[in-house]
Amino acid sequence: MSDGRHAIAISDATVEINGHRIWNDVSVTVEPGEFVAVLGSNGAGKSTLLKVVLGLVPLRSGTATVCGRAPGEANADIGYLPQRRTFDESSRIRGVDVVRLGLDGSRWGVPLPRFGRDTSRARVDEVIELVGATEYARRPIGSLSGGEQQRLLIAQALVRKPRLLMLDEPLDSLDLPNQAGVAGLIQRICRDENVAVLLVAHDVNPILSYLDRVIYFAGHTAVSGSPREVITTETLSRLYGTEIEVIETRDGRLVVVGQPEAPFVHGHRHDHAH
Amino acid sequence: MFAHEFMRNAFVAGTFTGAACGLVGWFLVLRAQVFAGDALSHVAFTGALAAAAFGIDVRIGLFVATIVVALGMGGLGERAKADDVTIGTVFAWILGLGALFMAIFSRSGAGADGAAAIHVLFGSILGLSATDTWIAVGVSLAAMGALLAIGRPLIFASLDPAVAAAQGVRVGLLGLTFLVILGATAAEATQAVGALLLLGLVAAPAAAAHRLARNPYRSLALAAALAVAGVWGGLAFAYAVPRVPPSTAIIVLASLVYLAAAGMDAGFRGERIRRAREA
Repeated sequence: MSDGRHAIAISDATVEINGHRIWNDVSVTVEPGEFVAVLGSNGAGKSTLLKVVLGLVPLRSGTATVCGRAPGEANADIGYLPQRRTFDESSRIRGVDVVRLGLDGSRWGVPLPRFGRDTSRARVDEVIELVGATEYARRPIGSLSGGEQQRLLIAQALVRKPRLLMLDEPLDSLDLPNQAGVAGLIQRICRDENVAVLLVAHDVNPILSYLDRVIYFAGHTAVSGSPREVITTETLSRLYGTEIEVIETRDGRLVVVGQPEAPFVHGHRHDHAH
Repeated sequence: MFAHEFMRNAFVAGTFTGAACGLVGWFLVLRAQVFAGDALSHVAFTGALAAAAFGIDVRIGLFVATIVVALGMGGLGERAKADDVTIGTVFAWILGLGALFMAIFSRSGAGADGAAAIHVLFGSILGLSATDTWIAVGVSLAAMGALLAIGRPLIFASLDPAVAAAQGVRVGLLGLTFLVILGATAAEATQAVGALLLLGLVAAPAAAAHRLARNPYRSLALAAALAVAGVWGGLAFAYAVPRVPPSTAIIVLASLVYLAAAGMDAGFRGERIRRAREA
């Protein structure tokens, strides 16, 4: 970060996609090393935040900087894990190859056989160790479980030592023990590697205890603050403009009741870019 | 066997064409686009016969048709995913056009014997002139060079388009470039093994390599090696047993290589599962 102290700073941003207003005056900041959840109903603009940060969606008005630079210019500092993609079961590419592509996949040519010390390979092995995937990283990725694939994809996102890690619903297709395991892993990376984490989630509960902050999207805008400030009956009712109730269960889980689905869901959540 | 000029030409052209088919095929299997290769072989047939019907060099018809259609498929693929019915209908229609051109060509007198159509459908690797051979070598080298130059980002874009795009890889442009390389390779290979059998040389060695090697770059090299081995073995067999056309022998060998690879792979996996159960 050359000048900006923030990992992400967006102010008064408006975004339109295909003539539809997605954001209206959204202001968001993320600090280095923070663990931030991005919440809200489908189509409320959660994935849009990741795309704005990557420079894939332009702002209609307002300003945005990422690690002190314009969006799109800091992508080398961002590890990005798009919405769940599974590898074909017949795919013979190994986990270690997928991780390696995160490091050098954008370089032309093909790698030639290397003799002597291979620093790239050492980095790949190191990051695979970090996510605890060493045991199965050399097996075909199609033969691994969802949780194992997700750990390898996190390793791929981390291999370039990013300052910012953006994960789009990384816990969605995992069973409960794997959700807890992957959430714990992300928290550990955030703290030990001092990486800011921006995690889009459907359900806040598996990560609730780790979060520094939540950004809640609804009604074309967003509020941010600590989970206990934002996920309340008052704040969410104001945000949605209708009666919302937040219930806390005895074990500390938060349940949002009466949350309306956004009226504009045009496949926004499922636009796997090609 | 190498005393005959036509055999030497066949071996030289076959080696380079085979290697190019193996490399292109490897990416085709990775990208699950084998059907696109099949489609282009229909186009190759029609393009060659159209050229023949209008009295142009057959090669020009082959290259123009396959490359133009490859560009069209790439352009369409970006915007709309055509469904099976559309693809099936369009390619049946293209084959129908091919039949029309064949009829025109047969009536023109020049091709009254229909040999040209047979050559396009089943290849004529033993009939290549010295010029044909050098063109085959040149086209294959260009295709392989281009493919290796975009190899790593193309693998990235094929496996992981969203992440690749975020890292600045031009995913759409790479896909289009790949289809053009595929078109040129298909046009060249049509002359060796024919439009109908082309897919066997492109898909079978590549699919075998995918099953045998784990490291993607080694697997890529293996695909080219297996395709070349299939061509050499097929040519040698056809020379020893003159009744068997070389394209038949090449395709049979390539398919056998795939069957053997699939068998070995299944064996390995069975062994691993058994060991995992015992452990």
